[in-house]
Amino acid sequence: MSLVLNEDQLMFRDAAKRFAAERAPIAELRRLRDSNDATGFDRAVWKEMAEMGWAGVLVPEEHGGVGFGHVGAGLIAQEIGRNLSATPFVSTAVLGVTALLKGGSDAQKQALLPKMAAGEVVLALASDERSRHSPYNVATRAVGSAGKYKLSGAKVHVLDGHVADRLIVSARTSGDVDGRDGMTLFLVDPKAAGVSIRRVSIVDSRNAATVELRDVAVTSDDVIGAVDKGAAILDAVLDAGRAVLAAELLGLSEEAFERTLGYLRERDQFGVKIGTFQGLQHRAAHLFCEIELVRSTVLRALQSLDAQEKHASSLICLAKGKASDVARLATNEAVQMHGGIGMTDEFDIGFFMKRACAAGETFGDAYFHTDRFAQLSGY
Amino acid sequence: MSAQPETPRGSLDDFRRETRQWLEANCPPDMRLPVVDESDVCWGGRHVKFKNEAQRVWLQRMAERGWTVPEWPKAYGGGGLGKEEAKVLREEMAALNCRAPLTSFGISMLGPALLKYGNEAQKREHIPKIVRGEIRWCQGYSEPGAGSDLASLKTRADDQGDHFLINGSKIWTSYGDKADWIFCLVRTNFEGKKHDGISFLLFDMASSGISTRPIRLISGYSPFTQTFFDNVKVPKENLLGELNKGWTIAKYLLTHERNMIGGMGLGLRIGGKGTLGQLAAGELGLAGGRLADPVLRADIAKFELDANAFALTMERVQAEAKAGNETGAMSSMLKYYGTELNKRRAELMMSIAGTEGLKFGDGGAEELAPVWLRTKANSIEGGTSEVQLNIIAKHVLKLPGA
Repeated sequence: MSLVLNEDQLMFRDAAKRFAAERAPIAELRRLRDSNDATGFDRAVWKEMAEMGWAGVLVPEEHGGVGFGHVGAGLIAQEIGRNLSATPFVSTAVLGVTALLKGGSDAQKQALLPKMAAGEVVLALASDERSRHSPYNVATRAVGSAGKYKLSGAKVHVLDGHVADRLIVSARTSGDVDGRDGMTLFLVDPKAAGVSIRRVSIVDSRNAATVELRDVAVTSDDVIGAVDKGAAILDAVLDAGRAVLAAELLGLSEEAFERTLGYLRERDQFGVKIGTFQGLQHRAAHLFCEIELVRSTVLRALQSLDAQEKHASSLICLAKGKASDVARLATNEAVQMHGGIGMTDEFDIGFFMKRACAAGETFGDAYFHTDRFAQLSGY
Repeated sequence: MSAQPETPRGSLDDFRRETRQWLEANCPPDMRLPVVDESDVCWGGRHVKFKNEAQRVWLQRMAERGWTVPEWPKAYGGGGLGKEEAKVLREEMAALNCRAPLTSFGISMLGPALLKYGNEAQKREHIPKIVRGEIRWCQGYSEPGAGSDLASLKTRADDQGDHFLINGSKIWTSYGDKADWIFCLVRTNFEGKKHDGISFLLFDMASSGISTRPIRLISGYSPFTQTFFDNVKVPKENLLGELNKGWTIAKYLLTHERNMIGGMGLGLRIGGKGTLGQLAAGELGLAGGRLADPVLRADIAKFELDANAFALTMERVQAEAKAGNETGAMSSMLKYYGTELNKRRAELMMSIAGTEGLKFGDGGAEELAPVWLRTKANSIEGGTSEVQLNIIAKHVLKLPGA
């Protein structure tokens, strides 16, 4: 597979670029934040995004999607990153869709995928229980027999949890608290008795929630995949999310960098443009190189998912680890090089640093993925 | 846009089969063993000393087909292969562990510039001898007073009617004491902008008035010389390109040099063997599935991420070039990042080896310290890392006044 985009992908990207800049720019995120918007994104805009093929980008055509693959999803995410667009794209179009495609029954797929692709139904993955990403550390229990279970436990950092129409909950049906075996994924109605969801205000002004489950009744019809075998599906779901978040981090790094270059070219101090100073030039040039590296790793990781390659997880560690690290560098340099104005809320650049931090931590930061990469490499 | 036509798939399969058969029949077994030291690398030249008969035969057979330079035009002795065929040849040589039959600066540096800027007579004179390994070239660029500021060079070529008279000195001439000819930047105009008074000359190192002095390096090796020119006569027809336009050729050639240095030894290794982490695991052992030294492990893993990201970027830049997209801006990035990675790797290898890595001076091929010391030159030669960052800031990022 060649590491360049083909004609169709370039057209898809250009359409996404225009749409995100026009309909979901940073000003819109600012408005949602300042008005304490109860939903956290604009449902009408999400419907429009669905019409553009965003919500169904990973959904096959037979289920009402456009089936444009992970490379396509990454192109959307890159523009979301550039514009800091608030959408349920990751929670629903990537995590939710992947869970159903990898483990969903025909009934589950038919019931949910077309509505998700149409932008009518939002899904949320309730998986993490610890504040540092540790996906197999699941204490939430599913207790029961004869196809009936009761779920109890607590989940953190559930993206779009407070507006989800369905939750995907990882719970232990057997095994140890930190074991990969014995996990099962369940579809849970957030309105069911025993479910309490609390929205958490986080630094990037995007949606996150905690979810508590107390003896929540579910049946075997709600199981995604097989009982005790949820980890393989969860891995696939998280890897898709990580790869797409890496693309979003790439987009926001590019945008923060371009804005910073613009500032270096126009800001006068000591009677010259600050971009003439070698101390800043070399840092900018180094950052350019790092972003170029991220670009290669992100495209390769997304391609490896589409081709279902054996080493996809290593490539995703590479992309998410590198993208998280470089986004942190790019946005820190952006604020520093903007100087005082970069510290003001009125100026947009700080929004990029906040999102870089939140997207970096979500589903494993650079430390997590560097460690995981090493483990997958046998050391 | 590539000028080479696409080779049809079927004939490419034929080419692969024929190539494999030919290599199996013609590559001597000794030339399929790993390269251990410098004597295993054939540089050619008037005074070539082949290590063994196999090395001589291998060069001769490959040169006859032009396969020492598979993609150069047949008219000058090259292989005349298209990109796809050349790739097949590389793959088949790799599959049989065939060594490169010839390594030279004529191939990697001067040749592309000759093909682009040389006149017909120059191409006919010099390229076939490069292809056959008959003439070994060296590069006369840096001077004691012109390192990073290369364009300030002062070696002068005075017009004497039918010839130039060369006076001055070059430094860091790779294998200057072994080379037959030199491609050399000289000043032909002392007025105006420094870049506009440089010319590109080719001349015989056996000319009267040339002397060399080896330079001993921190690694213990002496691959470079200082080279002195004392009233050296060079015929006018040895000017490559136009008078005072040598800087354009110099930059073109430097781009090739950077790509060569930047890409050294950093192939993609995901799923493969022999990564730094696996090497360290063998030396230091694992504890709970992780390398026993956790802080060193973190640095190794971070290096491996960067090295793999870099290898993917090399691959992507090649793919972009193949697709006809502009990639000229990338050579400084590859040079800067690739050489810095190479230094990081050598530092990590020294840490993994511990005191064993300190062994120095017994001349064993396994000694790590000289290799570690050698890498320090990577980010200096061919334009320092700082110069590459300057180039990126100016030409890629368009920052003001750089």
